[in-house]
Formats: sequence, structure tokens, C-alpha cells
Amino acid sequence: MKELMVRAIYCESLGYEASFSYIHAIKLAQQGAGLEKRVGYLAVSLFLNENHELLLLLVNTVLKDLQSTNLIEVCMALTVVSQMFPKDMIPAILPLVEEKLNHPKEIIRRKAVLALYKFYLIAPNQVQHIHNKFRKALCDKDPGVMTASLHIYLQMIQENPEGYKDLTASFVTILKQVVGGKLPIDFNYHSVPAPWLQIQLLRILSFLGKNDQSVSELMYEVLDESLQRAEMNHNITYAILYECVRCIYTIHPKSELLEKAAQCIGNFVLSPKINLKYLGLKALTYVVQQDPKLALQHQMTIIECLDHPDLIIKRETLELLFRITNAQNVMVIVEKMLEFLRVSTDDYTTIDLVGKVAELWFIETMNTVFSVGGDMMQPDIPNSFLKLLSEGFDCVEDDRKLRLFAVDSYISLLHGEPGKLPQRFLQVISWVLGEYSHLREELEPASVLRLLEKLLDMKQTSSETKNWVLMAMTKLCVGGASVSVAQQVSETYISSMDTVLRQRAQELQHFGQDSEVRTRVLPRDTDLENTIFDVDSSLSFLDGFVSEALAAGAAPYKPPHQRQEELAQAKALSLEPYGLSLPISMSSCSIADRQSPTPLSMSSGLSTTLKLDGVKRVWGREGYLVQRESVEETAQVEVPSPLRSPSQQAEANGSHSQTPTQTPTPEPEQEKQQLAASLFFGLSSQSSVCLMGKSGPTSHRFRRKAKGQGSISGATEQTSKTKLNDSDIKGSDPSLSEDSGLVAADSEDMNPHEDPERPKDLCLSSHLPAELSGLCHSEISPLCSIQSLDLSACHVQKDDSLVLVIFIQNSSDSAIRQIPLDLDSDELEVMYYVSRVSDSPVEDVRSHDVAVYQYSLTVKRPSVHVEVVGTVSCPVGTPQTVRFSYKLPLTTFIRPLTLSTEEYGTMWLAFSHDTKQNLTLISDDPEPLTATLSVLKRKLQLHVVEIIGMEGILACRLLRDRPCLMHCRVHAGALAVWLRSPVPDLPDCLIYHCQRALQED
Amino acid sequence: MMRFLLLFSRQGKLRLQKWFTPISEREKKKIIRDMTSMVLARQPRSCNFLHWKDLKIIYKRYASLYFCLAVDNQENELLALEVIHRYVELLDKYFGNVCELDIIFNFEKAYFILDEFLIGGEIQETSKQVVNRCIESSDMLQETMEEYMSKPAF
Repeated sequence: MKELMVRAIYCESLGYEASFSYIHAIKLAQQGAGLEKRVGYLAVSLFLNENHELLLLLVNTVLKDLQSTNLIEVCMALTVVSQMFPKDMIPAILPLVEEKLNHPKEIIRRKAVLALYKFYLIAPNQVQHIHNKFRKALCDKDPGVMTASLHIYLQMIQENPEGYKDLTASFVTILKQVVGGKLPIDFNYHSVPAPWLQIQLLRILSFLGKNDQSVSELMYEVLDESLQRAEMNHNITYAILYECVRCIYTIHPKSELLEKAAQCIGNFVLSPKINLKYLGLKALTYVVQQDPKLALQHQMTIIECLDHPDLIIKRETLELLFRITNAQNVMVIVEKMLEFLRVSTDDYTTIDLVGKVAELWFIETMNTVFSVGGDMMQPDIPNSFLKLLSEGFDCVEDDRKLRLFAVDSYISLLHGEPGKLPQRFLQVISWVLGEYSHLREELEPASVLRLLEKLLDMKQTSSETKNWVLMAMTKLCVGGASVSVAQQVSETYISSMDTVLRQRAQELQHFGQDSEVRTRVLPRDTDLENTIFDVDSSLSFLDGFVSEALAAGAAPYKPPHQRQEELAQAKALSLEPYGLSLPISMSSCSIADRQSPTPLSMSSGLSTTLKLDGVKRVWGREGYLVQRESVEETAQVEVPSPLRSPSQQAEANGSHSQTPTQTPTPEPEQEKQQLAASLFFGLSSQSSVCLMGKSGPTSHRFRRKAKGQGSISGATEQTSKTKLNDSDIKGSDPSLSEDSGLVAADSEDMNPHEDPERPKDLCLSSHLPAELSGLCHSEISPLCSIQSLDLSACHVQKDDSLVLVIFIQNSSDSAIRQIPLDLDSDELEVMYYVSRVSDSPVEDVRSHDVAVYQYSLTVKRPSVHVEVVGTVSCPVGTPQTVRFSYKLPLTTFIRPLTLSTEEYGTMWLAFSHDTKQNLTLISDDPEPLTATLSVLKRKLQLHVVEIIGMEGILACRLLRDRPCLMHCRVHAGALAVWLRSPVPDLPDCLIYHCQRALQED
Repeated sequence: MMRFLLLFSRQGKLRLQKWFTPISEREKKKIIRDMTSMVLARQPRSCNFLHWKDLKIIYKRYASLYFCLAVDNQENELLALEVIHRYVELLDKYFGNVCELDIIFNFEKAYFILDEFLIGGEIQETSKQVVNRCIESSDMLQETMEEYMSKPAF
């Protein structure tokens, strides 16, 4: 049987179906002994997956084996359990697995921990009650068991870093021991102590230290040590180094460590080993989001990688470039990406990259993108492309040029081989031609129509595309020749099986005949801002028709759910005899109680044609026209760079591609440096703001100098190199320095609001409202993100209030209207704070901009930590709601309360809620009481009213104006504290914070 | 977390497959096809990492056998490479200078070793000695059981 089972496994792995043997595998695991059982289990784990129904039959076997006295059987059972187990059967074996955590053999304990880890992954709530046992596993004397428990902790900490901050010190100690080589030699891997364990710990630490200075401080030492210890030239040490670097850049920054980490990245990037180079690029990609200057240091290496024969390296480099894209280097980067697209064959990469390129907008580029990317790309890309085209930019002339350019290029494409173009591109083409081909005067509409007709005749054209084409034709058919073409086409399709196509054909026919109707329905209007479609969503213009029909005896409209209900009722067996129900229902349908969803509205008097127009357009274009007009109302969309289109693009491309021909001996090195200059352009400007302020956009030279200055902080040797590059370029290419367009663009870059690629924090804090920006605010921490919206928040402490500021950052290219944002809290009162423009918490977020919401918070019910929970939903695309929470310590609501000792005395007696506790004194000071109280004063903003001998009194208030008094007395080396307040719970919460403050000190 | 491990020969014949997450049969076939074609098409001196969908593929060639491991995107690639290497070391230690034929004829043993080394997509035991001790002890037990079972008196 065992042999047969092995053969069955072999068959399966060769790709033949062997499902008949599944049941035998289970039987073998059940009944076999020793090796047979083992093969049975193996077969089960290979054949079945978690959802297979036969797996239920295994539960009993596992139960039996878990209870077995044979160690190996227990091992086998645990192994199979941690590989696959039906979710709903976990409770059945959970107690047994839990029991195994106390098993004397460490291998059993380890496997049990891993099994629990698996359970945690598939059903976290079922293992909630054993979290303290995980702690025990973490403290297990066997390092293997401890390692296993780290898997669970990594997972839990990733989900909720707040809950495990207290474990930081233990993790740091463990890592210290591991790095120091305190583990048994067994755990060494190529004489590196327990690398897997180290990496696991580093990962945990980076989760814990993220955005938390105090926790991060605990780690600095051990991180430094790990960086130093990992010197051996082996892959595994590099793996540890990489993880270290990541960790250092994730946690609260410390400059010395950052420097060392940056050096480390340098080693990676410059390594001749290709794998290390890849990892170096990856690390850079991660790091440049915080420190774009680092990329500058390695620009030459990056350029080399860009031309690397290995596509994977190339791709990673593009990923890196994508992160440092700004308005100046867009063109070069897009070009590089497209180059890559042409050689890449992988669908997934294509989709990914096309998405990125599409963020960077151009007609010409888009053409290439459309034809290369084809039907693979996300459908909203062509839509937003068209949207952009129709809305245009601020400058009318630019718009006209852009559209004309599009029309020209599309006409020439259609003259070529349209059969090869992807469907989506054809749709875009036909829309653009329908809308804008009249801009080109010498172009006969009839000839365009004929081109379009050709599209219709091609057999690979999908019916969706045909719809678009017909729509375009409808817009175009003016004048004799074109009408006859249109008639011909419409006759072919009027009998089409596709109803939508048929409708389009009908439209085409009628509009072709009656030009007056056509101009009214489809106004040729390039400026959509002036035409506001009046969409009457209540369909009130039909009211007259409805009431007529009702009067004539038609049944009133019932909403679908009601119909359903009635249908259900009707299906139930009716025992009553058929009555004269018809007349009754007829009499009941007077206008008054009809259930039409369209109550007679005031707007019903509006002209019908206009409304029809709106409705029709909605149908015609899959709804996106409506979207367009909605965007229109929210004013112009911000585009990364206000159309630096064909002319400038040519300029930039020219400056980078033509120069080699200008120089008599074009050395490849120079070319690369030039490419580097264009790629990293604008990156350094951030650090050179002051310099630029003085020099202004005078000459190219100044800016280059500034860039050199920027990289000084990274590494001094780099400066000279950059300058060297600079002079090289100047020598070889004088035209570049005269490129005034680029300089102008750079000065525009000075404005921090403009650049979307700037480090987030810096960018967001600049959005703080003016009245708050002077005050100190907490670190801006990300809350959640939903589609293209990123939410972050911080709080600002004002004297009389606490303001919660929520930033909504829109990284998409379209404005998003009316983001519903709700905040709520158990402990707090949340009030929307009337800010600059709007007075409701519903605002519009423009593209690549940030909307700021302010809330003033007051405490309803004191608690150690208070939390604001909120929901936000994104109105664009599929409706989706995300919850987030923002946690604050109570101390942020505490303000000093200034009062005299007499006032204190009278108030003290009046308050009813109190609490008493002993706190630790700061003992290393000559005056322990004063030192302790000053710590409290500093950290918690308490007001020290008076200190008399060994006693001290303090006062504070909770926003707004709810006092809390504190009486301290030194007693037997400790500080006896007595707190009183009229607010319940406040003394308890405050004492907690006092305790924390003194412990941390 | 690791998603799957595949071993295949230079001819694209699958030698071993281990899936750490539930995947349908059709999907598996597609992945295997993709992996073999992608990995075999790689030039000799290029890097050992690939992107596939949202996963990272780490592969390494040992003699005529390709080891191909898929991990989550945020995992450390070099570490995954060492996971493969450690597995090869384990096989080597068990079989004594392992070759493709060892794995073809004793693939269940290779699976057992893998089960001791990795579990549910995570490293279980990194120590070479411990894994070997485990395998050997269970082998021992099985052999005595087999002898016991095949005794004529039974």
C-alpha cells in the first residue's frame, strides 16, 4: 500500500489525475503504522488542500495521533495540522495542541507553536485566549521554540504594534544575545549566528519602532552592533544587513545610524554581484522616499543599471526612478519606461508599468502606451485620458494644439493599419475624431467618416468599439457626402441583433436627416465649462405622461423590492376565493398615493430637449460624461506640470538625444552623465532652497552648484564628483545651459505645494492651517488609505483646546468630490472646526492636493488613552468604506491651572472623586521632591502651586476647565500622591500618566 | 511567508512541488508552466530573483536541478536564496552527495526533510544537525517497525 501511495504521488506530480487515491491516502494515515502512516500523511498533505471535503475524515486520525504516546506520531500529526487543517475543525483539536506547549520534548513544543501560528493565520479569534501562552513560548528555554513563537509575534505586531510595545526590551535583549553569539553552535549558519532569527527580530523591531521615538531609542545600540558584526562576505550577512538598513530607515531616525546605513546601501549597489546589486536598488527604492538625495550619490550606478542586460535589474531601476519622478525628469523617465515596455513580454509587468506611465500624461506617449499596452490596461486610463483632453488646461491655444495634434496623429494611424490597434485605443480614437476633427478645417467630415466606416467593417472590431464609432459618426455627419455615408452605415446596423448598436444606428439615421435636432442634441462645443448639462435625475418631465397613464387605468409603479414581496405573497397558497381585486386596485391609484419615485418637482417646466440631451449622453458614454461635468464644477484640475507638451518635450528630448551628435567625440561616459543629469534633475532642489532664493533663476550654473551643495550632507566626496560632472557637461554642451525652459520649471519646483513626490511629512505639515502652523504639532501619522486617497492625522495643542487635523491626500489625477468623513469617539466630543472655506465636513479634494479637516476635541469621559474612530468612504469607483482610528494619550488634554494656595484649599474640599498612590521619587537628586515635581511639570504640564518642606501641591485642568488637584508628600523614600477632582476617573487616569512619566525619566 | 517551492530539471520536468497556501489544481498547473518557462529562459549570469504577479520568485540552479521558491513581496530575497541553499545542504547531508536521481527515486524522503525544515511557509528548524537527527530518528523507528511487521512470527 505504501509503495502504491508513493506511486500515486508520483503520478500526481507528473500531472496525471489520481483523485481515486485520495481516500486511500487518508485511510493509510488512519490505519497504517510507522512509515505507512507517514507516507499516508504526506500523501494527504500533497493531495488535498484546506478546503477539500475529504479532509474532514482526517480530523479523527489527527486527534488520535495527538494523544498517542509515540513521539513520532505526535510529530506527524502536528506537522500535518500546521500544513493544512479545516478551519471549522480547529476547536476540536485546539486543547490538545495547547497541551503540547508544555511537552517535555522541545521539538513537540516547537511544532505546537507553529501549529498555533497557522491557526492564528486562518482563524485569529479562535486562539485569542491563549495569547499569554505565546508569551511563555517566547520565554522558552529552547531557542528553537522561541524562534517559532516569533512568527506569531511578527504577525500580531504587524497588525497591532501598539499592543506589544512593552516587549521591545525583550526582543532587543534576544537580538543582542544572538548577535553576541550566545546561542548554541547548532544554530549557526555558515558561522553566522541564527540569521533567520536575527532577521525575524529586526523585522519585529522595525514594526515596533515605526513612528515611536522612545521605543526606537531602545534599539539603536543593538542595530549598530548588528551592522558592525555583519562583516563577513557571505550572502547571509548581506541579507541581515539589508534587513538592518530597512529597519533603521523605518524606525525613528538617528543620524549616525542613517549614515552607516547609507554606507551599507552603497556597498550593495556597488557590489559586482548581481543579486546584491538588485537588493541595493531595492533598498534605495525604499530609502529615497525619505531621502531623495541618496539616489543622487549613486546616480552613475543607477544609469549603468538602467542599461543592464538583465530585465529584472532594469525593472527595479525603473521602479526606483518612478519614486523620484518629478516635473522635470518625467519625460526621460517615461521614455525609459516605454523602452522597457517594448521589450517586456510579461502581461503583469505591462499592466503595472502602464499604470505608472499613465500617471505621467502625454498624447504621444499615450499613443505608444495604448498600442503597446493594448487591451491589457485598466479601463479607467483611457477614460481619464479623454477627460483630460476634453477639459483641457488653462490656455485655450494649448488645448486647441493638443487636440489638433491628437486628431492628426489618429488620422494618420487610421490611414495605416488600424486592424493592429487594440480595441480600447480604437475607442479613444473614434471619440477624439468625433469630438474634435472639425478643428482641422481642411479635413472633410466625409473622409473621416469613411475611415471610421473602415473600422466598422473590420471583423475583429468588438461591438463596444462599434458603438463608439457610430457615436462619433453621429457627431460628424454634416453636409451631403457624409450624410449619404452615414445613411449607408445606419442601414447596415439598424437591423443589428445588438440593441445598443441598433439604437446608435437609429440615432445616426435621424440626426443625419435632421441637422437642426442634431446641433441641439449634440452641440459642437469644445468648451464644456459653459455647457452645464441639466440632468433631471427625478425624471420629472415624465410626470405628465405618468399621470396620464394612471388616469387611463395603468397600474402604479412599484419599486422592485415591493414587487418581489408581492410576488412572494402571491406564491404562497391563497385560500381566499378570487375576488374582484382589479377594480379595487384601480380605484386606489389616484395620483396622490401613486408610488412613482418621481414626486412632482418644481423643475418639471424646463425644456425637454435639454434634459433629453443630458440623459442620452449618460447612456451613450458609459456614464463618464456625467463624471466629467461634475469635475468641471470643482474648477480646473491640477496637472503635475501644466502641459509641458510637444514643444517642450521635444526640447528636452532634444537636449538629451541631440547633444551627442554635436560633440565630435561622443564618449559614452558623457552621455551617461548627461542622462544622469536629466534623470536626477530637480531632486536636489529641495535642499538648496535658500541658495536658489538668492541666486534666482539666473543661470544654469547656479543651479548645478546648488545640487552639489545638496549632496554634501550625504557624502563629501560626492560633491567633487558632481561638480566634475557639471563641468563636463558645460564643456560639451553649451546649449543645455541656455535652456531657459528648464530653469523656469525648476523655480516653480521651489513651491512645496507643487511637487507631489516630496517626502510626505514635510509636504503635509506645510498644509497645516496658518493659525496652527506656529504651534507645535504631533508627528503626522498615516491613518489609512482608500483607493487613491491617503489619510493622515496629527494633533495640535492649543492653550484652550486640542485640534485634530486630518489630511486627505488625493494622489489620483482627478478631483474627488464630497468625501464623507465621519468621526466619533466614546470618550471624546468631536466638533468640526469651521476652517477656511467650507463649513461642512464634506469637501472636495483636488487632484494631487491635500484637503485639511480640523476638529476640536474635548473630553467627555476621561480614560488613559482616548481614541477617535472614523469612517471614510471614497465616492469614486466601487463604493468602499474604510475605518480608521487615532489614539491620543489623555495628557494631550491636560493644561496647567494657575491658582493660589488659598484657592487650592477651598477647591480641595469641594471635590469628591479622589485617588491615592505611592510613586517613585527621583532619588539621585539632592532635592528629590523638587526634581520629581519638575519632571511632572515638564511632562504633564502640571502647575506647581507651592512646595512646602516635604509637601507639594500641583494643579491642572482637563480641557475645558475641569480642574484636578494633586497633593504630594515624601514619605519613606516614596512620593505619596493624592489626587482630587470633580470628574470621575480623571484622578486614576492622571496617576497612571504620572507613573509613566516618572518611570520614563 | 513562502508560497510554494518547486524543483524541476533543466528539461522542465517537475521533480518536487510544495504548496504552502491553498491553490486550485488548475492554478497550480499554470504556475508550474509559467515558472519553468520563465526560469529556464534566464541567461546564465543574471540575477536570481524574478517578479511574478505580486510574488517574488527566487531560483537557483544546482547541477541539473532548478530550485524555485516563491515568497511574498516584502520578504528578503537573499534570505530566501539561503533557504534554498540550506535545503540543498540538508538533502546533501541526508543522501550524501545528493543528485537528481536521489530525489527522483526517494522523493518522499525529500518531502520529509522539507517538512522538518519548513512548515506552513515558514522556517521551522534552521539547524542542520537537528533536522537530520529528526529524520534519522524517525527513519530508525520506521525501520524497526518494518522489521517488526515483517517478522514471520507475526
